[in-house]
Amino acid sequence: MVHEHSADPAAATVNRLSVRNIRKKFGSLEVLRGISLEAHDGDVISILGSSGSGKSTFLRCINLLEIADEGEIWVDGEHINMVRKHGRNVPASSKQVDHIRAELGMVFQSFNLWSHMTILQNLIEGPVHVLKRPRAECIAEAEALLEKVGIAEKRHAYPAHLSGGQQQRAAIARSLAMKPKVMLFDEPTSALDPELVGEVLRVMRSLAEEGMTMLVVTHEMNFARDVSNRVVFMREGLIDCDGSPAEMFSGATSPAFRQFIGNFRG
Amino acid sequence: MDFVFIFQTMKTLLAAVPMTLALFFLSIFFGGLLALLIVWMRVAKNPILRNFAKGYIFVFRGSPLLIQMFLVFYGLGQFGFIRYSFLWPFLREPFVCAVLSLALCTAGYTAEIFRGGLRAVSVKEIEAARSIGMSGFLLVRRIIGPIAFRHALPAYSTEIVMMVKSTALASLVTVWEVTGVAQRLISQTYRTMEVFLCAAAIYLILNFLILQAMALLEHRLSQHRRAVPRLP
Repeated sequence: MVHEHSADPAAATVNRLSVRNIRKKFGSLEVLRGISLEAHDGDVISILGSSGSGKSTFLRCINLLEIADEGEIWVDGEHINMVRKHGRNVPASSKQVDHIRAELGMVFQSFNLWSHMTILQNLIEGPVHVLKRPRAECIAEAEALLEKVGIAEKRHAYPAHLSGGQQQRAAIARSLAMKPKVMLFDEPTSALDPELVGEVLRVMRSLAEEGMTMLVVTHEMNFARDVSNRVVFMREGLIDCDGSPAEMFSGATSPAFRQFIGNFRG
Repeated sequence: MDFVFIFQTMKTLLAAVPMTLALFFLSIFFGGLLALLIVWMRVAKNPILRNFAKGYIFVFRGSPLLIQMFLVFYGLGQFGFIRYSFLWPFLREPFVCAVLSLALCTAGYTAEIFRGGLRAVSVKEIEAARSIGMSGFLLVRRIIGPIAFRHALPAYSTEIVMMVKSTALASLVTVWEVTGVAQRLISQTYRTMEVFLCAAAIYLILNFLILQAMALLEHRLSQHRRAVPRLP
């Protein structure tokens, strides 16, 4: 398989993920109005913003569940090829789309485990059927991953038999089983009961410590402050301000962000 | 009660069971394959395919199966291009006509049942599959198909039972299955009650076995919905 690589050496060599000037409209509503972001190896970037600011759409545009109308994306140096159709971008190759998605782990707000499969089957599904790797190897790796996220004893249970926190940990393990280059988290704790949030955040924290490159759309201020090395605040489809957690939470940022975090202190 | 007669009747009717089963299995098999094609067209974006499928389903669900069978058996021979085609040696066989019309009809119903199953598949589960790089046939085979089939199974088992009973219509195009043989026995003996009771018993037993098999299949495929015993 031959993929056209970027002519831009900076984007090609340094960054796990580069996004340039992404725009996305739903009908007449402009949800993303030109977003650019770079994630280096090991970066943990928290994306904050009130609902409707476009943060989930941004994440979905990165792994191509939505296709941005304009803009460019590189994943681990590989440029995602687009062609223009009716004034908007359309992927040039569906094969490349599949291949890029396989390299990006996605964790959803409502877990999205496959209900008819056991947890172990959920984990090996991608490695066996998408990556076409030997089954026995995949099972061994999957069991190690379940051990790591602390639900090894649930490997033969079905998703409906697990608590929300366990389901989300299983979903994270399912993404990890694909050995992704970047992990995308779309409000991973928003659907959880408060007492279950901690167990998921602990798993994410240990991933961050292992050097996984992560983009996390979240409302967990403590996670943003303590675990991420960069915080991005989105407002009305644009990046309002961004910086290190220390800079961002010291108060010397935009008025909109101060007001936003003010709402959380209550 | 004339047990000897009933015993003889049963023996004669049971000899026709393989024909009934052949009609049933072949029409379910080909009807199922056709239903997959129809439902694929029915959910397609292309309006020509979609409307063709809608029309097909309307015609075959909306008209009596018996008339469809008569049209295939008596009607097709009127057309020269069929009569003189290589298909004619097959299409003039009553058995082939019966299987063909049963399959065409059940395909219409089954397509709608499968469509109901498809609609019940959660968009989120499909999205999760896309997010790991699945698409096209792999996505259908591994995720959409198995989930949709589980949703469709209860309605589909009703259709299967209907098909066992519908094979009786084949007797009217001179296929010697259970009902046809029963009618021949009645015309020879004039003992309507005993013969038809025996025939009805045979259909009941067949459907009982088929329903048991379907229930077993459903049970095995719905483990994920049953509550697990909660361990302390």
